[in-house]
Amino acid sequence: MSTHVGRRAPLTDKQVDEIIGVLLRYGVLSAASVVAAGGIWYLIQYGTSAPGYQVFRSEPEYLRHVKGIVTGVPGFHCRRMIQLGLTLLIATPVARVAFSVVAFILQRDRAYVVITLIVLSVLLFSLTGR
Amino acid sequence: MNVLELTGLLAVVAVAAGLLGALTGLGGGVVITPAMVLLLGIDLHYAMGAALMSVIATSSGAAAAYVREGFSNIRIGMFLEIATTIGAVCGATLAAIVSPAFLGVVFGVVLLHSAWVSTRGHPAARAGQTADRLAEKLRMNGSFPTPEGQRSYQVSHVKTGFGLMFVAGAVSGLLGIGSGALKVVAMDRAMRIPFKVSTTTSNFMIGVTAAASAGIYLGRGYIDPGLTMPVVLGVLGGSILGARILPGAPTKTLRLIFAVVVAVLAIEMIYSALTGKL
Repeated sequence: MSTHVGRRAPLTDKQVDEIIGVLLRYGVLSAASVVAAGGIWYLIQYGTSAPGYQVFRSEPEYLRHVKGIVTGVPGFHCRRMIQLGLTLLIATPVARVAFSVVAFILQRDRAYVVITLIVLSVLLFSLTGR
Repeated sequence: MNVLELTGLLAVVAVAAGLLGALTGLGGGVVITPAMVLLLGIDLHYAMGAALMSVIATSSGAAAAYVREGFSNIRIGMFLEIATTIGAVCGATLAAIVSPAFLGVVFGVVLLHSAWVSTRGHPAARAGQTADRLAEKLRMNGSFPTPEGQRSYQVSHVKTGFGLMFVAGAVSGLLGIGSGALKVVAMDRAMRIPFKVSTTTSNFMIGVTAAASAGIYLGRGYIDPGLTMPVVLGVLGGSILGARILPGAPTKTLRLIFAVVVAVLAIEMIYSALTGKL
């Protein structure tokens, strides 16, 4: 366990573990609920149409990045709702890393603040840099 | 086949993959893609996108439980995630450039490796480990709960482990899988981390590694909502069910069944790739 965690440190490693556990659990739960709700909507609307996944055709532009999914122009529909749930799913581990940055700052663990910030920036680069 | 029937079929395959993955500890992501491609004729890139999403769901769900039990080492995980996330971005970028045939062959080889790893038991705990200066500096050495109280451990060969983790991340991004088998090899064999700690920490890292690939996959349009929905929910449901029935399950027999299934899929995948069917 960390020797840096002195009397002034507001968070112990064990508390951090517990908060991360709760964060991951509710992240996955909320993502799965949104995906399931969007999925039911999708099946009601398109259940009897023919699927076309044999050939790769990519997705419409606004379903290919976070901003488009959240604030997309063509209105809210079932496919976008599923994509929103999947975005929540991707956001769950990102939120976990972001929380770790805060936790390491509170623990005054400078080396790990830097390490965690590097991981966070790689994640944000992947999600925004197209 | 209409959308409803395809969704039902995908959900059944995904539940089975999640169940087997949880019971054998290898994750369902690795079998779902070949099953989608070989059995249902779905394009490889769409299948990889859906599988990658299911990997994030199961890894985050399982990590939530493990973290609270005190097995996973967040410091080791976070440090190695630098390597896996950068590797994942490289791998995911490469996935769009290389041919599907190349992807198919690499996929087959990785599947064969997973099958081989799954038949081998846990390595025995090694005593008298050499201390690693970097591990000490980064305070990676830790302890985990056992029935006889806390057991402490030391971490070796941090640099080798870091290098192997880059490869594991690249494979994960290239194929849209968690590459848990590779991560465990790196932590287990190179860094000499106790099995319980290496498996749970690997699980903890898989979600973050997959999220790094996910941004790129999303941008390339590999993630189709209609296709991904039954896969994510099915694998998640299957793995939750698997974790529930795990204590009473015949894991040894299951591991063997899993290894055979994975090996057959691997050979099929390589054959399809080489005959130009992907």
